Amino acid sequence: MTLTLTSLADLLARLALWAIVAPLLPGLINRVKAWVAGRRGPPVLQLYYDLGKLWRKGVVVSTLASPGFFIGPVVTWVALLGAAALVPLGPLGATLSFRGDVILLVYLLALARFATAWAAWETGSAFEGMGAAREVSYAVLAEAAIITAVLTLSVHSGSLSLAALLAPTPGAGAALLAAGWFIVLLAENCRVPFDDPNTHLELTMIHEAMVLDHSGPLLAVVLHGAALKLMLFAMLLVQAVVPLGDLSASVAGAVLWVGVLGVAVGVGLVESLLARYAFRRVPLLLTTAFLFCWFALMLAWKGGVA
Amino acid sequence: MTDHLNLLIGLAMGLNLVALGSSRLPSLIRVAAFQGVVLGLMPLVMEPELGVLAGLIASATVLMKGLVIPGLLRRAMRAARIERDLAPLIGFLPSLLLGAAGMMGAVALARQLPLLPEHRNSLLVPGAAATVFTGLLLLVGRTKAISQVCGYLILENGIYLFGLLLLGSTPLLVEGGILLDLTVAVFVTGIIVDRIQRAFDSLDTRKLTALHE
Amino acid sequence: MNELWLVLTPLIAAAAAAAWPRNATRPWFLPATGLVHAGLALALLWRPPPTPLHAWLGWDALARAMLPAVSLLFLGCAAYGVPYLRLRAERSNRVFVAGFLAALGLISAAHMARHLGLLWIATEAVTLACVPLLHFNDTPRAYEATWKYLLVGSTGIALSLLGSFCLGYASRHGGGTGNLTFAALMAQGAGLSRPWVLMAWVLLLVGYGTKMGLAPMHTWKPDAYGEAPGIVGAMLAGGVTTVAFTAVLRVRAVVEAAGAGRVASLTLLAMGLFSMLIAALFLLSTRDFKRMLAYSSVEHMGILSLGAALGGAGVWAAFFHVWNNSMTKGALFLSAGNLRRAAGGRTMDEVSGMACVTPRSAALFVAGLFAVTACPPFGPFFSELLVLRTAFATGRGWAAAIWLGCLLLAFCGLTRVVFSIAYGRPRRAARQLGRQFPETLGVIAPPLGLLLLALWLGVATPQILLDAWTAAVAQLASPP
Repeated sequence: MTLTLTSLADLLARLALWAIVAPLLPGLINRVKAWVAGRRGPPVLQLYYDLGKLWRKGVVVSTLASPGFFIGPVVTWVALLGAAALVPLGPLGATLSFRGDVILLVYLLALARFATAWAAWETGSAFEGMGAAREVSYAVLAEAAIITAVLTLSVHSGSLSLAALLAPTPGAGAALLAAGWFIVLLAENCRVPFDDPNTHLELTMIHEAMVLDHSGPLLAVVLHGAALKLMLFAMLLVQAVVPLGDLSASVAGAVLWVGVLGVAVGVGLVESLLARYAFRRVPLLLTTAFLFCWFALMLAWKGGVA
Repeated sequence: MTDHLNLLIGLAMGLNLVALGSSRLPSLIRVAAFQGVVLGLMPLVMEPELGVLAGLIASATVLMKGLVIPGLLRRAMRAARIERDLAPLIGFLPSLLLGAAGMMGAVALARQLPLLPEHRNSLLVPGAAATVFTGLLLLVGRTKAISQVCGYLILENGIYLFGLLLLGSTPLLVEGGILLDLTVAVFVTGIIVDRIQRAFDSLDTRKLTALHE
Repeated sequence: MNELWLVLTPLIAAAAAAAWPRNATRPWFLPATGLVHAGLALALLWRPPPTPLHAWLGWDALARAMLPAVSLLFLGCAAYGVPYLRLRAERSNRVFVAGFLAALGLISAAHMARHLGLLWIATEAVTLACVPLLHFNDTPRAYEATWKYLLVGSTGIALSLLGSFCLGYASRHGGGTGNLTFAALMAQGAGLSRPWVLMAWVLLLVGYGTKMGLAPMHTWKPDAYGEAPGIVGAMLAGGVTTVAFTAVLRVRAVVEAAGAGRVASLTLLAMGLFSMLIAALFLLSTRDFKRMLAYSSVEHMGILSLGAALGGAGVWAAFFHVWNNSMTKGALFLSAGNLRRAAGGRTMDEVSGMACVTPRSAALFVAGLFAVTACPPFGPFFSELLVLRTAFATGRGWAAAIWLGCLLLAFCGLTRVVFSIAYGRPRRAARQLGRQFPETLGVIAPPLGLLLLALWLGVATPQILLDAWTAAVAQLASPP
């Protein structure tokens, strides 16, 4: 693969698009929650204002913190942006596409998680360590579901490249996969019912507990990274389930964006209607996600019993 | 016809997993009842000309499995003021995984057995085997008397599903007798549950340990 | 249609007993029905009516070989029931008497059922009819036992329904027309689909084996027999188990006709030996004389299963053993009931010296012990000897060796418990209770009669029974 000037420009444009659009989704989710609850709620662009404000502020650092505390969030953000660069954008396809890129994607996500947990440990605070432990133990279960979902897609398409993988299976298989992947999305992005992003109780936090000590620009990087991750999962979900390849380019593009926004609305609805699960119930839900993906895999493999 | 039937059976198989994963007694009862109703609809889908026989069996099943028996169980639950969280012997997570494994085992088993041409594309046999397995799992893995009864109901549902293979080739008398027997069985069980509650002041079968070697 | 009255008489009597207003006189329904039933059964034993080949319910050779034994046992239990229920006058016996009579009618129906579905319906109904009998004592322990009986029994019976469906599907797959009488299934023979037949056999063996109490599905048995009143224990051990054994034999004949007889024999052999082993080991450790009887019942079910596995002469010996088992178990349970009442306890730790308190019952119990452990000249000795000879004759010497080992262990276990409760110094509580419950003729004659029947079967087996058993073996062996 030759990296010409145009493809470099294309890549940069995409990254900019990802970076600019991503903070829209959390705003949308909050808006939906406010609407269901009958409040006016913060503006959709609230996260942009927050990021700008945080960027201008100074950083308070614990005396125990090591360089890892600073490096962690940056590595996370870079890894997530790198993963985003691999994801094809519907009719536009992917700039960086090669055999096995899906494996790189999974590893980049794992790297991002590792870096967040690492930065959390480096603060030397008990809450952070607890949050990191929870995050990692849930991730083990969620990753089983992710890998099964990837296997399903690759068995169905006979390929290991994301661009080819994301041609969806029709029928029951796609529905199962969508259900499984949506649960994984909730878990990976620390949404209700796994974690409550609005909680103020350190003891019940997962993701929020890990970033309690981050402030100023570092917190901005963390928040922006989280928004990127949410969009990445939503993008994958829509492309894996909706047969975009059968539509004309402009319609497909529109469907893709509407789909991503729709997922955000869905997350907002789930968050409004469900309460957070007790910790012991979380593995059950993640196993359910794994089973959804597993049965989708069985269907893809055996060509369907029905 | 097979497509609609398979859709219903797939739903029933999904409900098996929901039953294995549900941690509260009312939801378990609801799942068992809903599965019963789904099963009751099947003869209607199977018999294209909608005979009196099929209609009779279907309405009797829906009434019994979906309304009467769950109502009895709910009443027993309220009367006994049971705590609603189920205490499992086999945890929810392992039972869910075992149930999924059983489901795949059932599909594999059904592929091994010779079937009549009209049943070859149907999920009846794997569905029945998976449901029977789920019922046994609940019977063994739960400790509350009522949840064990729910396990028994699901086991029965599996057998009913298998019985649909023979629909039309067994006389009505036999089917009626079977339905009657099963209903009485659940009724008698309900009475005993009530007595156990009074005698032990609990419906946790782990407390039934006076008798052992 | 005389044979139909075997089913109808007890059911009508049950309905009448349920409607009868007087608690004190209601128990008399038991011996009255028992007399009619036994008379009818014996008359039919001597003059069997012809059975249409495809009748659903009929007095065929198999029913003729087994049902009179249950009938005689019931007569004994019913005679005992009158004085027993007089002792328990403080509580209503309406449900008990009705359930006991209904159980007899349903047992008769199950023995005569010649249709796969009908057999299942009757067996399930017997299971349910016995539920109110089990918790007659109304103690928490009785409810616990009832719950276990109901749960294990219902699950087993549900599996046997699944097995029946499998057999039905095997017939349909082989081009059958949906005629599920055993005669039709046997006639279809090798036309039955083999994988389905094997599956049906496994499920039916587990299902009806649970009702028989074969290990490892025997777990309900010690609890149920331990907590139920003596006459109920006798009826369960000598009556209900024979229903399940008949069912196993009928199904096995179909499986054999389908060409899978070898598998059936091997599984029966394995389960029989395993039951005997489990029973022998538990007999060595139990301290409760009613639970001991339950394990002894598991052991004898193992012997029946072994006999059935050997085929031919083995099945003949198994019929013989069914009769012996019913009579001896009846005598043991009824005399154990007397001991239990007078002693106020059930374990070796609470009870001793019953030979001083209730000498007649204790003597009956000890004599019953010798009968049940196959000491000559009681019947079980001869039937077990026959099973043993068949085992050696068919080259299953190793099975016979294992069995003899188990018999020895069981003998040690049984004598250990029985002698420790019968001899020694009686406890003070027992001396007082013993005066409250005198050994009247009513509670001694029935077990004595049953024990004498067991003796008679051993010393001079009537020719008519020998013929009945031979005819039943012939019916099972050959497709009609």
